[in-house]
Amino acid sequence: MCGIAGFVGVKHGPDASGELLRRMIETLRHRGPDGFGYFVGDGIGLAHARLAIIDLATGSQPVRNERGTVWTVLNGEIFNYLELRRMLEALGHRFYTQSDTEVIVHLYEQYGDDFVDHLNGQFALALWDGEQRRLLLARDRTGIRPLFHAGTGGMLWFGSEIKALLAALPQLGVLDPRGVAQAMTYWGVISPDTVFQGVQSVPPGHVLVVEADGRRSLRRYWDWVFPDCRDGHVQRPFGSMDEAAGALRELLIDAVRLQLRADVAVGAYLSGGLDSSAVVALVRHFTTNPLRTFSVAFEDAEFDESGFQARVVSHLETEHTTLHCTRRDIGEAFPRLIEHAESPLLRTAGVPLMLLAAHVHDRGFRVVLTGEGADEVFGGYDLFKEAKIRRFWARQPSSTWRPLLLRRLYGYLDHSPVANAAMARSFFGRGMEHGDRPVFAHMPRWSTSQRALAFFSPSWRAEVQGWDPLTSLEETLPSSIAGWSPLARDQYVEAHTLLSAYLLPMQGDRPAMAHSVEGRFPFLDHRVVEFGNRLPDHWKIRGLNEKYILRRALAGLLPEDIRFRVKQPYRAPDHSSFFFGGEPLDYVADVLGTDSLREAGYFDPGRVGRLFDKCRRGDAVGFADNQAFVGILSTMLLHRQRVRRMPVP
Amino acid sequence: MKPERSQINADIRGYILENLLFSNDGSDLADQASLLELGVIDSTGVLELALFLEVQFGISVRGEDLLPQNFDSVDSMSDFVLRTLASAPAAKA
Repeated sequence: MCGIAGFVGVKHGPDASGELLRRMIETLRHRGPDGFGYFVGDGIGLAHARLAIIDLATGSQPVRNERGTVWTVLNGEIFNYLELRRMLEALGHRFYTQSDTEVIVHLYEQYGDDFVDHLNGQFALALWDGEQRRLLLARDRTGIRPLFHAGTGGMLWFGSEIKALLAALPQLGVLDPRGVAQAMTYWGVISPDTVFQGVQSVPPGHVLVVEADGRRSLRRYWDWVFPDCRDGHVQRPFGSMDEAAGALRELLIDAVRLQLRADVAVGAYLSGGLDSSAVVALVRHFTTNPLRTFSVAFEDAEFDESGFQARVVSHLETEHTTLHCTRRDIGEAFPRLIEHAESPLLRTAGVPLMLLAAHVHDRGFRVVLTGEGADEVFGGYDLFKEAKIRRFWARQPSSTWRPLLLRRLYGYLDHSPVANAAMARSFFGRGMEHGDRPVFAHMPRWSTSQRALAFFSPSWRAEVQGWDPLTSLEETLPSSIAGWSPLARDQYVEAHTLLSAYLLPMQGDRPAMAHSVEGRFPFLDHRVVEFGNRLPDHWKIRGLNEKYILRRALAGLLPEDIRFRVKQPYRAPDHSSFFFGGEPLDYVADVLGTDSLREAGYFDPGRVGRLFDKCRRGDAVGFADNQAFVGILSTMLLHRQRVRRMPVP
Repeated sequence: MKPERSQINADIRGYILENLLFSNDGSDLADQASLLELGVIDSTGVLELALFLEVQFGISVRGEDLLPQNFDSVDSMSDFVLRTLASAPAAKA
């Protein structure tokens, strides 16, 4: 894990190029505190900030091929590098390091632009072919590691985080209302867009090439693909579910084994839920890695899972520590998360993970395995089950009992207005006529979050006038999605919105890298994703039991109450983290003050003031108000940090 | 003394504007507008409104009252308040 930055097509002298690279990479020191490395050529510069994890002695970057004609910098890990190295050596390639990075230059020599197909890993990399004078930027399949770029034609600057680009091009520090609208609707910005005008990201599973003559091409080398179910086609990849569960277990064991590869100690996060417990159990039962686990616990019982964590720790006998996180901890650390996230956020949930990364770092660990990805691959989210019920209900819209299935999904509905069937129809029945659209499952979520756009100032509202988040997202979807099963469609949209635009960057990479900690995600090994995508819907969600086949695959490895535990979404206190005794934290009052809002010009100060007062009174109880408040606060922090470049305490 | 319908409408509209629409512009909300269709309220929004009606007008909202026809617009809430007040035993002087 590391940070990378650089440029191509920018004509400076060697000294000026070196100085520019140093300015860019210096902003990424938190990602790679173990040293910087540079390659400077005619019109090309590559820089690397290293977090040493594999090949501590000779693994410095940039790394070159035998002739010094191909150079690369890598942020991330190539987990199958030992197998690739053996294969490449057999083909005559000679290596000068023991690092995973070096396989990249030789794979490129061997396979050209298709080298990415051979990588099993989580990576964002830049590769310079000096003979062809072309630069390749490539990103892992699911979007675990970030990579941004700016510039036009043959001139391009890139970096692991946007702050590296701003160090080279300060004029890019302008927020784009359409990007902010995306972040406040989908919870994150859909690649290649960002919230900064003129800045783009390399989409997951893509390679961007800048040729010597300035031509650019963006090629998708991998995507989430599901079987076509039209014309009565039935998915039968295995003879039985037991056979599939056995194969899945073997695959997960191998994914964990590969992801334990490191020359430093590897720990694991343990939330107490099925997914992280599964990863820890696989380590316990099938590897010799010493078990060191870390958790976060909350003072609010509504969010706390420490009882379940203790159950798993006791069962698997791990050496464990828990970080206790208070509302005040979250409120006070929130500006630091935005400093790293470089995006508006609708939730505070990344803050405890950032604080946990500091705790892990302080205990000498640089790498942790987590359970991220299992919900997307095996159908774990309530959203998938909610959509299943709504589709079932849509087949008989007049049914009075079908909507009551929602109460099985959301226990709290028994005590809410939606316990009443007529009210349930009003809330969950909206948009039923869109049952065939790929965004059907996500419409309720986005309509809630999108209410935050009502706080935009008149000028920003005008900028997003006519933007339709549903059709806009649908335009990015592959045409083949029409032939996929309903769950597959929902999974695809989820993987390309919440997972890649919010969870992986904002609760994964950025909070962990804030403290030089690398998260690894065995469920996002692309072989596991491809395996899951081949399975029929009812093996993933059986009735309303989510991740059914995963639970089968884990038989005997976990306590049964954990193996069959119903998913509890990971959340942290939102607006209540910013007000104490009816008073806001100082910086909150400052950035959300009328003068501050007016100066920025993004939001209507009157409306924000009313929301602020509602939160201060403790009356903001719903998701929409909480998300709007956190979204506005984070946008204003971003404005201070990246547009005005003022420090926030 | 029971409040006039126009006053009930004004109170409810004012509450929604201030607490759910965060607006001070009365033209943002017509009395007949469907709050559910406009997406102004979700399930917690209905609870907020029920609590407001109880406190403001001294009525009791039962679970079976939480129906779209009672909460879908300013007018429908006013109707509900007036009906509930009319059916309540007269307060002792």
